[in-house]
Amino acid sequence: MEPIYLDNNATTRCDPAVVEAMLPFFTEHFGNASSIHAFGSEVGKALKKARSQVQALLGAEHDSEIIFNSCGTESDSTAILSAIKAQPERNTVITTVVEHPAILTLCEWLEKEGYIVHKLKVDKKGRLDMDEYKSLLNDRVAIVSVMWANNETGTIFPVEEMAELASAKGIMFHTDAVQAVGKIPIDLKNTKIDMLSLSGHKLHAPKGIGVLYLRRGCRFRPLLRGGHQERGRRAGTENSASIVGLGKACELAMEHMAEENTSVKALRDKLEKGLLSQITHCFATGDVSNRLPNTCNIAFEYIEGEAILLLLNKMGIAGSSGSACTSGSLEPSHVMRAMGIPYTAAHGTIRFSLSRYNTEAEVDRVIAAVPPIIAQLRKLSPYWTDKGPAANPEAAFAPTYA
Amino acid sequence: MWEYSDKVREHFFNPRNSGPLEEANGIGDVGSIQCGDALRLMLKVDPETEIIEDAHFQTFGCGSAIASSSALTEMVKGKTLDQALEISNQNIADFLDGLPPEKMHCSVMGREALQAAIANYRGEVWNDDHEEGALICKCFAIDAVMIEDVVKANDLHTVEEVTFYTKAGGGCASCHEGIEEILAKVKAARPGSGETSPPVACPATPEAPKPPSAKLTLVQKIKKIEEILESVRPMLQRDHGDVELADVQGKKIFVHLKGACSGCMMEAATLGGIQQKMIEALGELVQVLPSSHMPAEV
Repeated sequence: MEPIYLDNNATTRCDPAVVEAMLPFFTEHFGNASSIHAFGSEVGKALKKARSQVQALLGAEHDSEIIFNSCGTESDSTAILSAIKAQPERNTVITTVVEHPAILTLCEWLEKEGYIVHKLKVDKKGRLDMDEYKSLLNDRVAIVSVMWANNETGTIFPVEEMAELASAKGIMFHTDAVQAVGKIPIDLKNTKIDMLSLSGHKLHAPKGIGVLYLRRGCRFRPLLRGGHQERGRRAGTENSASIVGLGKACELAMEHMAEENTSVKALRDKLEKGLLSQITHCFATGDVSNRLPNTCNIAFEYIEGEAILLLLNKMGIAGSSGSACTSGSLEPSHVMRAMGIPYTAAHGTIRFSLSRYNTEAEVDRVIAAVPPIIAQLRKLSPYWTDKGPAANPEAAFAPTYA
Repeated sequence: MWEYSDKVREHFFNPRNSGPLEEANGIGDVGSIQCGDALRLMLKVDPETEIIEDAHFQTFGCGSAIASSSALTEMVKGKTLDQALEISNQNIADFLDGLPPEKMHCSVMGREALQAAIANYRGEVWNDDHEEGALICKCFAIDAVMIEDVVKANDLHTVEEVTFYTKAGGGCASCHEGIEEILAKVKAARPGSGETSPPVACPATPEAPKPPSAKLTLVQKIKKIEEILESVRPMLQRDHGDVELADVQGKKIFVHLKGACSGCMMEAATLGGIQQKMIEALGELVQVLPSSHMPAEV
């Protein structure tokens, strides 16, 4: 039986056209783009083309605003560290409690270094409080960094509006858009967003290639200093094959944008409806009316996520879980906790993230496979009885030292 | 996905003895919903012989928690209570041909459930020493409370000593920072340590400048600025560039970048470096800007 891949927010398969575009850059076009000879200049031209392809997908005004690097994490770190290094008179960062660890871990380190980090809270649907945001904007803020869309729930944040508000106060604005790029339209030239992170492997390009968009005129400090690559803003020989692949992937993403928002979304909705209608005591998390078209995150109450994933995997179905045991942590996903999802549900969340490669037949198979898995695990759970959940699940099971 | 042994997978996919045990006369409930692992172990014990005739479990948890529970029920059946009490968490892990280091706490939970169930059968109150502290060492399932207690009791001072006494930190080493924080906390609290705050002080502001001994007059400030610029000029001149002071307006210092520095793509980096030196020398937060940013004269 063919395996079904529904973990596209973790990573995507390379589009065959992307692989095809990359191959000559491992063999015949192997030159260093910085070299003056023909071997290098050929690669230089390809990089220029890729830069314009990325520019087009992002709606950036200038291709020089595209800085190639290694990944979304590097982009995030560069953006935030650049902003605070370039403005030593400012010591505050504003972000959200539901950011990716690429941001949160960096912010924790910054706090240890003495910086002030405000993490905007979210409500039970994962939405930000704009009044709280506005109240924090002042001349001590070096940068606001807010993800465009949440990786677990797909909830989309109003980053364009937030960037306007920050800009009005003279504050730099960065968005980690690794989940949003290629899935929803982006037109940076008509926004006040100063910096944006994207990651190639989230949109059918290879892993190990990323981009930092840097608006022309923004003060900037490179993370990697050395050679003059990327106009001195990111030293290190360009990963030319992957850059070419990313350029192609961006071109394809533009072509498939409508499909992402129609057929992929329809498949996602069918999957979600199919599961929620068949299984009791489960619900979709996040702001379901304002989220990425490919993502649904369902909390199955009274059971644990990794156990669900293992049984799904046995059926050839790949999803992902924000549960503690998939990460080796004791706490369930920080996103679920931030939304106030009770522990009885937070541990049992499964994220299904689709792509244009998924089919209706696959969705039908998943809809058929999941309900028995949930039933099987609930039979093992001390929080579940023959008649459904225990009357007061957390009280019904009272461990000796809890 | 974790690398589980075939036996773990077998016990997870086909758990033995799951579900309620109606005739149970010893029940042990351990774990917590917050941690994502909870286990109810049910024993049917023959009062005459104290032999465990049957054992069932209900587990809320991951694959290894379910497999450990299943394994435990198989291991205890046919044993006397005293024999069962000799089962360690390592025995459970070994029965399953090993668990990933990060999952050893599942076997610990099994061992605790067994102790709790036997205590329940005997009418005793089972107290464990697990106090829900944050899990520091995931490899050996050692929490902050345990580490702190051992550090205090044995007057430990280094991560290595903590590892010797508790095993914490002896695996992947990713918890060393957490252990160091506990050591610092205990050290700060020791009588006579003279330390009332954490040993590593965090600056209130980034790269906080040292306050000057006395506030500089404008002339003194400009002299200081000139000194700093003179100190960086040779470096810039080596690259065929130069810098000179244009104006000082409050906390804004405007400079002319000359020669190769003018229009250089590294202009921002150059200005940033000069600004850092200014902040350190003047003891106040200032901005160094190119002269092109000077406000137009009225």
